[in-house]
Amino acid sequence: MRPAAVVPPPPPALRVRSAVLLRLLAIQGAWNYETLMGNGIAFCLEPALRRLPGGVHAPAFKGAIARQSRYFNAHPYLAAFAVGALARAELDGEPADRIERFRTALCGPLGSVGDRLVWAGWLPLSSYLALALFGLGVSPAAVVVSFLVLYNAGHVALLLWGMRTGWNQGLGVASGLGHPVLRRGPAFMARAAALAAGIGIPLAFTRVVGEGRTFLGEILLGTLVGAVIVVKAQARMEGWRFALLVVSAFVLYSVIR
Amino acid sequence: MNALEVVPVALLGGIAGLDTVSFPQAMISRPLVSATLGAALVGAPMQGLLLGAILELIALETLPVGASRYPEWGSASVVAGAIYGRTGAGVVGAVMVAVLGALLFAWFGGWSMVALRRRNAVVARRHRAALEAGSRGAVLDVQLSGLTSDFARAVLVSAAAYLVLVPAERLVLLHWTLGERLSRAELVATAASVALGSAWKLFHSTAGARWFFFGGLGIGLLVLGMR
Repeated sequence: MRPAAVVPPPPPALRVRSAVLLRLLAIQGAWNYETLMGNGIAFCLEPALRRLPGGVHAPAFKGAIARQSRYFNAHPYLAAFAVGALARAELDGEPADRIERFRTALCGPLGSVGDRLVWAGWLPLSSYLALALFGLGVSPAAVVVSFLVLYNAGHVALLLWGMRTGWNQGLGVASGLGHPVLRRGPAFMARAAALAAGIGIPLAFTRVVGEGRTFLGEILLGTLVGAVIVVKAQARMEGWRFALLVVSAFVLYSVIR
Repeated sequence: MNALEVVPVALLGGIAGLDTVSFPQAMISRPLVSATLGAALVGAPMQGLLLGAILELIALETLPVGASRYPEWGSASVVAGAIYGRTGAGVVGAVMVAVLGALLFAWFGGWSMVALRRRNAVVARRHRAALEAGSRGAVLDVQLSGLTSDFARAVLVSAAAYLVLVPAERLVLLHWTLGERLSRAELVATAASVALGSAWKLFHSTAGARWFFFGGLGIGLLVLGMR
Protein backbone atom coordinates (compact mmCIF):
# COMPACT_ATOMS: atom_id res chain seq x y z
CA MET A 1 0.00 0.00 0.00
CA ARG A 2 1.37 3.42 -0.94
CA PRO A 3 1.85 5.85 1.95
CA ALA A 4 -0.67 8.66 1.99
CA ALA A 5 0.70 11.90 0.53
CA VAL A 6 1.32 14.63 3.11
CA VAL A 7 -1.04 17.49 2.37
CA PRO A 8 0.50 20.86 3.23
CA PRO A 9 -1.62 23.26 5.25
CA PRO A 10 -3.41 25.95 3.23
CA PRO A 11 -1.05 28.76 2.27
CA PRO A 12 -1.30 32.12 4.04
CA ALA A 13 -3.93 34.56 2.79
CA LEU A 14 -3.30 36.33 -0.54
CA ARG A 15 -2.70 39.62 1.32
CA VAL A 16 0.05 37.99 3.40
CA ARG A 17 1.63 36.29 0.38
CA SER A 18 1.59 39.58 -1.55
CA ALA A 19 3.28 41.36 1.37
CA VAL A 20 5.94 38.66 1.56
CA LEU A 21 6.49 38.82 -2.22
CA LEU A 22 6.86 42.61 -2.13
CA ARG A 23 9.31 42.34 0.75
CA LEU A 24 11.29 39.68 -1.11
CA LEU A 25 12.09 42.39 -3.66
CA ALA A 26 13.79 44.31 -0.83
CA ILE A 27 15.40 41.34 0.89
CA GLN A 28 18.89 42.80 0.45
CA GLY A 29 17.89 46.27 1.67
CA ALA A 30 20.03 46.00 4.82
CA TRP A 31 22.73 43.72 3.38
CA ASN A 32 25.92 43.99 5.46
CA TYR A 33 29.20 42.15 6.02
CA GLU A 34 28.15 40.70 9.41
CA THR A 35 24.66 39.21 9.12
CA LEU A 36 24.52 39.43 5.29
CA MET A 37 20.81 39.14 4.41
CA GLY A 38 19.76 37.87 7.86
CA ASN A 39 17.68 40.93 8.68
CA GLY A 40 16.09 40.70 5.24
CA ILE A 41 14.85 37.17 5.98
CA ALA A 42 13.15 38.35 9.18
CA PHE A 43 11.76 41.35 7.28
CA CYS A 44 10.20 39.07 4.63
CA LEU A 45 8.84 36.56 7.13
CA GLU A 46 7.32 39.12 9.46
CA PRO A 47 3.86 39.38 7.77
CA ALA A 48 3.51 35.58 7.87
CA LEU A 49 4.76 35.29 11.46
CA ARG A 50 1.96 37.58 12.66
CA ARG A 51 -0.26 34.47 12.29
CA LEU A 52 1.57 32.79 15.19
CA PRO A 53 -0.61 32.22 18.26
CA GLY A 54 -0.79 35.40 20.34
CA GLY A 55 0.23 37.72 17.50
CA VAL A 56 3.16 40.12 17.48
CA HIS A 57 3.45 40.44 21.27
CA ALA A 58 3.64 36.70 21.98
CA PRO A 59 6.91 34.92 22.87
CA ALA A 60 6.51 32.64 19.82
CA PHE A 61 6.60 35.65 17.48
CA LYS A 62 9.52 37.28 19.29
CA GLY A 63 11.48 34.03 19.32
CA ALA A 64 10.91 33.56 15.61
CA ILE A 65 11.96 37.14 14.76
CA ALA A 66 15.13 36.76 16.88
CA ARG A 67 16.07 33.50 15.10
CA GLN A 68 15.31 34.74 11.62
CA SER A 69 17.22 38.02 11.91
CA ARG A 70 20.54 36.22 12.43
CA TYR A 71 23.18 35.55 9.76
CA PHE A 72 21.83 34.19 6.50
CA ASN A 73 23.22 34.04 3.00
CA ALA A 74 21.60 32.98 -0.26
CA HIS A 75 20.97 34.23 -3.72
CA PRO A 76 18.30 36.96 -3.33
CA TYR A 77 15.84 35.27 -5.69
CA LEU A 78 16.32 31.73 -4.40
CA ALA A 79 15.93 33.02 -0.85
CA ALA A 80 12.20 32.72 -1.65
CA PHE A 81 12.57 28.95 -1.09
CA ALA A 82 14.00 29.64 2.36
CA VAL A 83 11.34 32.22 3.21
CA GLY A 84 8.51 29.86 2.24
CA ALA A 85 10.03 26.92 4.11
CA LEU A 86 10.90 28.95 7.21
CA ALA A 87 7.41 30.49 7.37
CA ARG A 88 5.92 27.00 7.26
CA ALA A 89 8.37 25.67 9.88
CA GLU A 90 7.69 28.55 12.28
CA LEU A 91 3.91 28.33 11.85
CA ASP A 92 4.04 24.55 12.28
CA GLY A 93 5.83 25.10 15.59
CA GLU A 94 9.00 23.17 14.65
CA PRO A 95 11.65 23.13 17.43
CA ALA A 96 13.98 26.14 17.38
CA ASP A 97 17.20 24.10 17.10
CA ARG A 98 15.81 22.23 14.08
CA ILE A 99 14.93 25.50 12.35
CA GLU A 100 18.38 26.90 13.08
CA ARG A 101 20.13 23.81 11.68
CA PHE A 102 17.92 23.99 8.60
CA ARG A 103 18.77 27.68 8.06
CA THR A 104 22.49 26.92 8.22
CA ALA A 105 22.22 23.99 5.83
CA LEU A 106 20.24 25.98 3.28
CA CYS A 107 22.73 28.85 2.81
CA GLY A 108 25.28 27.12 0.55
CA PRO A 109 23.03 25.52 -2.09
CA LEU A 110 20.72 28.53 -2.42
CA GLY A 111 23.72 30.76 -3.03
CA SER A 112 25.68 28.76 -5.57
CA VAL A 113 22.73 27.52 -7.63
CA GLY A 114 21.23 31.01 -7.79
CA ASP A 115 24.48 32.61 -8.87
CA ARG A 116 24.88 30.16 -11.75
CA LEU A 117 21.23 30.12 -12.73
CA VAL A 118 20.53 33.86 -12.59
CA TRP A 119 23.73 35.93 -12.59
CA ALA A 120 25.66 33.68 -14.97
CA GLY A 121 22.65 32.47 -16.97
CA TRP A 122 19.36 34.33 -17.07
CA LEU A 123 20.80 37.85 -16.79
CA PRO A 124 23.39 37.50 -19.58
CA LEU A 125 20.82 35.68 -21.74
CA SER A 126 18.36 38.58 -21.37
CA SER A 127 21.11 41.16 -21.95
CA TYR A 128 22.48 39.51 -25.10
CA LEU A 129 18.99 39.20 -26.56
CA ALA A 130 18.38 42.90 -25.86
CA LEU A 131 21.74 43.72 -27.47
CA ALA A 132 20.68 41.69 -30.51
CA LEU A 133 17.48 43.77 -30.73
CA PHE A 134 19.59 46.92 -30.48
CA GLY A 135 21.79 45.58 -33.27
CA LEU A 136 18.74 44.96 -35.44
CA GLY A 137 17.80 48.64 -35.14
CA VAL A 138 14.82 48.27 -32.81
CA SER A 139 13.69 51.50 -31.08
CA PRO A 140 15.08 52.42 -27.61
CA ALA A 141 11.71 51.92 -25.91
CA ALA A 142 11.26 48.46 -27.47
CA VAL A 143 14.77 47.35 -26.49
CA VAL A 144 14.36 48.53 -22.89
CA VAL A 145 10.84 47.15 -22.46
CA SER A 146 11.73 43.78 -24.03
CA PHE A 147 14.71 43.39 -21.75
CA LEU A 148 12.82 44.35 -18.59
CA VAL A 149 9.77 42.19 -19.38
CA LEU A 150 11.85 39.14 -20.30
CA TYR A 151 14.21 39.39 -17.35
CA ASN A 152 11.52 40.10 -14.78
CA ALA A 153 9.23 37.34 -16.06
CA GLY A 154 11.96 34.94 -14.94
CA HIS A 155 12.69 36.93 -11.80
CA VAL A 156 9.09 37.01 -10.52
CA ALA A 157 8.37 33.43 -11.62
CA LEU A 158 11.37 32.24 -9.60
CA LEU A 159 10.18 34.15 -6.52
CA LEU A 160 6.63 32.77 -6.76
CA TRP A 161 7.80 29.21 -7.42
CA GLY A 162 10.30 29.41 -4.56
CA MET A 163 7.73 30.69 -2.09
CA ARG A 164 5.20 28.03 -3.07
CA THR A 165 7.73 25.17 -3.05
CA GLY A 166 9.15 26.32 0.28
CA TRP A 167 5.71 26.53 1.84
CA ASN A 168 4.53 23.19 0.45
CA GLN A 169 7.64 21.28 1.50
CA GLY A 170 8.63 23.08 4.69
CA LEU A 171 11.80 21.68 6.23
CA GLY A 172 11.79 19.04 3.49
CA VAL A 173 12.46 21.68 0.83
CA ALA A 174 15.86 20.10 0.09
CA SER A 175 14.02 17.67 -2.21
CA GLY A 176 12.50 20.69 -3.99
CA LEU A 177 16.03 21.92 -4.61
CA GLY A 178 16.64 18.74 -6.59
CA HIS A 179 14.08 19.95 -9.17
CA PRO A 180 15.41 19.70 -12.77
CA VAL A 181 15.19 23.50 -13.16
CA LEU A 182 17.70 23.93 -10.36
CA ARG A 183 19.83 20.86 -11.13
CA ARG A 184 20.13 21.16 -14.89
CA GLY A 185 18.96 24.77 -15.28
CA PRO A 186 22.37 26.45 -14.81
CA ALA A 187 24.04 24.40 -17.58
CA PHE A 188 21.02 24.81 -19.88
CA MET A 189 20.94 28.55 -19.19
CA ALA A 190 24.69 28.89 -19.81
CA ARG A 191 24.30 27.24 -23.24
CA ALA A 192 21.30 29.43 -24.10
CA ALA A 193 23.25 32.52 -23.01
CA ALA A 194 26.24 31.38 -25.10
CA LEU A 195 23.97 31.10 -28.15
CA ALA A 196 22.50 34.54 -27.46
CA ALA A 197 26.01 35.98 -26.95
CA GLY A 198 27.04 34.64 -30.36
CA ILE A 199 24.07 36.37 -31.95
CA GLY A 200 24.03 39.56 -29.86
CA ILE A 201 27.70 40.57 -29.82
CA PRO A 202 28.27 40.87 -33.61
CA LEU A 203 24.91 42.59 -34.15
CA ALA A 204 25.55 45.15 -31.39
CA PHE A 205 29.16 45.52 -32.54
CA THR A 206 28.12 46.41 -36.11
CA ARG A 207 25.48 48.86 -34.96
CA VAL A 208 27.95 50.72 -32.75
CA VAL A 209 30.59 50.82 -35.51
CA GLY A 210 27.97 52.52 -37.66
CA GLU A 211 27.54 53.16 -41.36
CA GLY A 212 30.55 52.66 -43.62
CA ARG A 213 32.22 50.29 -41.17
CA THR A 214 35.49 52.22 -41.31
CA PHE A 215 38.49 50.54 -39.65
CA LEU A 216 36.56 47.24 -39.54
CA GLY A 217 39.70 45.10 -39.97
CA GLU A 218 41.57 47.05 -37.30
CA ILE A 219 38.59 46.83 -34.93
CA LEU A 220 38.32 43.06 -35.37
CA LEU A 221 42.05 42.63 -34.78
CA GLY A 222 41.94 44.93 -31.74
CA THR A 223 38.92 43.04 -30.38
CA LEU A 224 40.64 39.67 -30.64
CA VAL A 225 43.87 40.94 -29.05
CA GLY A 226 41.88 42.68 -26.30
CA ALA A 227 39.75 39.58 -25.63
CA VAL A 228 42.90 37.46 -25.24
CA ILE A 229 44.30 40.02 -22.77
CA VAL A 230 41.01 40.09 -20.78
CA VAL A 231 40.92 36.28 -20.58
CA LYS A 232 44.63 35.88 -19.74
CA ALA A 233 44.58 38.65 -17.14
CA GLN A 234 41.31 37.62 -15.50
CA ALA A 235 42.93 36.64 -12.21
CA ARG A 236 44.66 40.03 -11.90
CA MET A 237 42.35 42.47 -13.67
CA GLU A 238 38.62 42.48 -14.33
CA GLY A 239 37.38 43.44 -17.79
CA TRP A 240 35.91 46.77 -16.73
CA ARG A 241 39.29 47.81 -15.30
CA PHE A 242 40.92 46.90 -18.61
CA ALA A 243 38.32 49.06 -20.38
CA LEU A 244 38.94 51.92 -17.94
CA LEU A 245 42.67 51.71 -18.54
CA VAL A 246 42.40 51.66 -22.35
CA VAL A 247 39.73 54.37 -22.58
CA SER A 248 41.62 56.65 -20.14
CA ALA A 249 44.83 56.26 -22.13
CA PHE A 250 43.01 57.03 -25.37
CA VAL A 251 41.30 60.15 -23.95
CA LEU A 252 44.59 61.36 -22.52
CA TYR A 253 46.36 60.80 -25.83
CA SER A 254 43.67 62.66 -27.72
CA VAL A 255 43.84 65.64 -25.38
CA ILE A 256 47.61 66.08 -24.96
CA ARG A 257 48.97 65.15 -28.38
CA MET B 1 24.00 74.19 -15.06
CA ASN B 2 21.27 74.66 -12.45
CA ALA B 3 19.41 72.61 -9.83
CA LEU B 4 16.53 71.93 -12.23
CA GLU B 5 19.00 70.12 -14.43
CA VAL B 6 20.74 68.15 -11.67
CA VAL B 7 17.73 67.05 -9.59
CA PRO B 8 15.94 64.81 -12.15
CA VAL B 9 19.22 63.13 -13.10
CA ALA B 10 20.13 62.61 -9.43
CA LEU B 11 16.68 61.16 -8.61
CA LEU B 12 16.72 58.80 -11.59
CA GLY B 13 20.28 57.84 -10.64
CA GLY B 14 19.00 57.19 -7.11
CA ILE B 15 16.33 54.82 -8.40
CA ALA B 16 18.80 53.00 -10.65
CA GLY B 17 21.38 52.79 -7.84
CA LEU B 18 18.79 51.45 -5.40
CA ASP B 19 17.83 48.81 -7.94
CA THR B 20 21.38 47.47 -8.14
CA VAL B 21 21.08 45.50 -4.89
CA SER B 22 18.47 46.83 -2.46
CA PHE B 23 15.16 47.19 -4.30
CA PRO B 24 13.76 45.69 -6.53
CA GLN B 25 16.68 44.28 -8.57
CA ALA B 26 14.49 44.52 -11.65
CA MET B 27 17.63 45.43 -13.64
CA ILE B 28 16.66 49.05 -14.23
CA SER B 29 20.27 49.46 -13.16
CA ARG B 30 21.68 47.69 -16.22
CA PRO B 31 23.49 50.21 -18.44
CA LEU B 32 21.31 49.35 -21.43
CA VAL B 33 18.28 50.55 -19.47
CA SER B 34 19.69 53.28 -17.23
CA ALA B 35 21.77 55.05 -19.89
CA THR B 36 18.73 55.07 -22.21
CA LEU B 37 16.52 56.48 -19.45
CA GLY B 38 19.15 59.07 -18.50
CA ALA B 39 19.41 60.27 -22.09
CA ALA B 40 15.61 60.17 -22.46
CA LEU B 41 15.46 62.75 -19.65
CA VAL B 42 17.16 65.22 -21.99
CA GLY B 43 15.19 64.05 -25.03
CA ALA B 44 17.83 61.84 -26.68
CA PRO B 45 16.98 58.18 -25.93
CA MET B 46 18.65 56.92 -29.12
CA GLN B 47 22.03 58.25 -27.99
CA GLY B 48 21.44 56.76 -24.57
CA LEU B 49 20.75 53.38 -26.12
CA LEU B 50 24.00 53.52 -28.09
CA LEU B 51 25.97 54.44 -24.99
CA GLY B 52 24.06 51.86 -22.94
CA ALA B 53 24.90 49.11 -25.42
CA ILE B 54 28.62 49.94 -25.22
CA LEU B 55 28.51 49.98 -21.41
CA GLU B 56 26.39 46.80 -21.32
CA LEU B 57 29.05 44.96 -23.34
CA ILE B 58 31.56 45.96 -20.65
CA ALA B 59 29.23 45.38 -17.68
CA LEU B 60 28.27 41.86 -18.75
CA GLU B 61 31.50 40.65 -17.25
CA THR B 62 30.48 41.86 -13.76
CA LEU B 63 28.45 39.34 -11.79
CA PRO B 64 26.78 40.88 -8.73
CA VAL B 65 27.66 37.88 -6.59
CA GLY B 66 27.03 38.24 -2.83
CA ALA B 67 29.85 39.93 -0.97
CA SER B 68 32.06 40.53 -4.01
CA ARG B 69 32.92 44.10 -4.94
CA TYR B 70 31.71 45.34 -8.28
CA PRO B 71 31.05 48.63 -10.06
CA GLU B 72 27.66 50.23 -9.49
CA TRP B 73 26.53 50.70 -13.09
CA GLY B 74 23.04 52.11 -12.43
CA SER B 75 23.72 55.66 -11.23
CA ALA B 76 26.82 56.07 -13.39
CA SER B 77 24.98 55.02 -16.56
CA VAL B 78 22.06 57.39 -15.89
CA VAL B 79 24.46 60.33 -15.54
CA ALA B 80 26.59 59.34 -18.52
CA GLY B 81 23.45 58.90 -20.63
CA ALA B 82 22.13 62.33 -19.62
CA ILE B 83 25.48 63.99 -20.38
CA TYR B 84 25.92 62.29 -23.74
CA GLY B 85 22.32 63.07 -24.66
CA ARG B 86 22.81 66.70 -23.67
CA THR B 87 26.04 67.14 -25.65
CA GLY B 88 24.77 65.58 -28.86
CA ALA B 89 25.76 62.68 -31.06
CA GLY B 90 27.53 64.89 -33.59
CA VAL B 91 30.18 66.15 -31.15
CA VAL B 92 33.50 64.37 -31.78
CA GLY B 93 34.76 62.40 -28.78
CA ALA B 94 31.55 62.85 -26.75
CA VAL B 95 30.69 59.15 -26.58
CA MET B 96 34.25 58.26 -25.53
CA VAL B 97 34.20 60.85 -22.72
CA ALA B 98 30.75 59.61 -21.59
CA VAL B 99 32.05 56.02 -21.40
CA LEU B 100 35.09 57.14 -19.42
CA GLY B 101 32.86 59.12 -17.03
CA ALA B 102 30.56 56.10 -16.58
CA LEU B 103 33.48 53.77 -15.84
CA LEU B 104 34.99 56.16 -13.29
CA PHE B 105 31.73 56.79 -11.47
CA ALA B 106 30.67 53.13 -11.61
CA TRP B 107 33.93 52.44 -9.78
CA PHE B 108 33.22 55.22 -7.27
CA GLY B 109 29.63 53.95 -6.88
CA GLY B 110 30.94 50.46 -6.14
CA TRP B 111 33.18 51.89 -3.45
CA SER B 112 30.21 53.79 -1.96
CA MET B 113 28.26 50.51 -1.80
CA VAL B 114 31.02 48.93 0.27
CA ALA B 115 30.89 51.93 2.65
CA LEU B 116 27.10 51.56 2.87
CA ARG B 117 27.38 47.86 3.71
CA ARG B 118 29.74 48.73 6.55
CA ARG B 119 27.28 51.35 7.76
CA ASN B 120 24.45 48.80 7.60
CA ALA B 121 26.52 46.52 9.84
CA VAL B 122 26.90 49.36 12.37
CA VAL B 123 23.13 49.96 12.35
CA ALA B 124 22.44 46.22 12.78
CA ARG B 125 24.96 46.07 15.66
CA ARG B 126 23.25 49.03 17.35
CA HIS B 127 19.92 47.14 17.16
CA ARG B 128 21.38 43.78 18.16
CA ALA B 129 19.84 43.65 21.64
CA ALA B 130 16.40 44.56 20.30
CA LEU B 131 16.73 42.02 17.47
CA GLU B 132 17.73 39.29 19.90
CA ALA B 133 14.66 40.19 21.96
CA GLY B 134 12.53 39.62 18.86
CA SER B 135 11.56 43.23 18.25
CA ARG B 136 9.54 43.65 15.08
CA GLY B 137 10.28 47.40 15.13
CA ALA B 138 14.03 46.76 15.13
CA VAL B 139 13.78 44.53 12.05
CA LEU B 140 11.80 47.22 10.21
CA ASP B 141 14.16 50.00 11.39
CA VAL B 142 17.28 48.18 10.18
CA GLN B 143 15.72 47.32 6.83
CA LEU B 144 14.24 50.77 6.16
CA SER B 145 17.45 52.47 7.26
CA GLY B 146 19.40 50.36 4.76
CA LEU B 147 16.95 51.07 1.94
CA THR B 148 16.77 54.83 2.49
CA SER B 149 20.54 55.10 2.93
CA ASP B 150 21.11 53.25 -0.32
CA PHE B 151 18.73 55.58 -2.16
CA ALA B 152 20.45 58.62 -0.59
CA ARG B 153 23.86 57.16 -1.51
CA ALA B 154 22.86 56.69 -5.14
CA VAL B 155 21.31 60.19 -5.36
CA LEU B 156 24.51 61.73 -3.96
CA VAL B 157 26.75 59.68 -6.27
CA SER B 158 24.63 60.71 -9.27
CA ALA B 159 24.57 64.40 -8.30
CA ALA B 160 28.34 64.39 -7.70
CA ALA B 161 28.94 62.62 -11.00
CA TYR B 162 26.83 65.13 -12.91
CA LEU B 163 28.45 68.13 -11.23
CA VAL B 164 31.95 66.80 -11.97
CA LEU B 165 31.40 65.31 -15.41
CA VAL B 166 29.58 68.20 -17.12
CA PRO B 167 32.48 70.69 -16.79
CA ALA B 168 35.08 67.94 -17.21
CA GLU B 169 33.47 66.84 -20.47
CA ARG B 170 33.42 70.42 -21.76
CA LEU B 171 37.12 70.82 -20.95
CA VAL B 172 38.14 67.51 -22.54
CA LEU B 173 36.11 68.05 -25.70
CA LEU B 174 37.64 71.51 -26.11
CA HIS B 175 41.06 69.89 -26.48
CA TRP B 176 39.93 66.74 -28.34
CA THR B 177 42.09 66.06 -31.41
CA LEU B 178 41.23 62.60 -32.76
CA GLY B 179 38.55 61.89 -35.35
CA GLU B 180 35.13 60.48 -34.52
CA ARG B 181 35.58 57.29 -36.54
CA LEU B 182 38.87 56.44 -34.90
CA SER B 183 37.43 57.19 -31.44
CA ARG B 184 34.39 55.03 -32.14
CA ALA B 185 36.57 52.23 -33.52
CA GLU B 186 38.75 52.20 -30.41
CA LEU B 187 35.69 52.19 -28.17
CA VAL B 188 34.00 49.35 -30.02
CA ALA B 189 37.15 47.24 -29.98
CA THR B 190 37.55 47.76 -26.22
CA ALA B 191 33.90 47.01 -25.38
CA ALA B 192 33.78 43.98 -27.69
CA SER B 193 37.06 42.65 -26.19
CA VAL B 194 35.57 42.73 -22.71
CA ALA B 195 32.31 41.20 -23.98
CA LEU B 196 34.12 38.34 -25.72
CA GLY B 197 36.35 37.82 -22.69
CA SER B 198 33.34 37.76 -20.38
CA ALA B 199 31.46 35.37 -22.68
CA TRP B 200 34.43 33.02 -22.54
CA LYS B 201 34.65 33.31 -18.74
CA LEU B 202 30.94 32.65 -18.33
CA PHE B 203 30.72 29.70 -20.66
CA HIS B 204 34.05 27.89 -20.77
CA SER B 205 33.17 25.75 -17.76
CA THR B 206 29.92 24.45 -19.29
CA ALA B 207 30.26 21.45 -21.59
CA GLY B 208 29.29 22.31 -25.13
CA ALA B 209 28.60 26.00 -24.45
CA ARG B 210 31.35 27.13 -26.82
CA TRP B 211 29.63 25.31 -29.70
CA PHE B 212 26.41 27.11 -28.87
CA PHE B 213 28.40 30.36 -28.95
CA PHE B 214 29.85 29.56 -32.37
CA GLY B 215 26.39 28.50 -33.57
CA GLY B 216 25.02 31.84 -32.39
CA LEU B 217 27.91 33.64 -34.06
CA GLY B 218 26.99 31.93 -37.33
CA ILE B 219 23.37 33.06 -36.97
CA GLY B 220 24.45 36.60 -36.06
CA LEU B 221 26.78 36.85 -39.07
CA LEU B 222 24.11 35.38 -41.34
CA VAL B 223 21.63 38.01 -40.19
CA LEU B 224 24.23 40.72 -40.80
CA GLY B 225 24.98 39.37 -44.25
CA MET B 226 21.29 39.43 -45.15
CA ARG B 227 20.82 43.06 -44.14
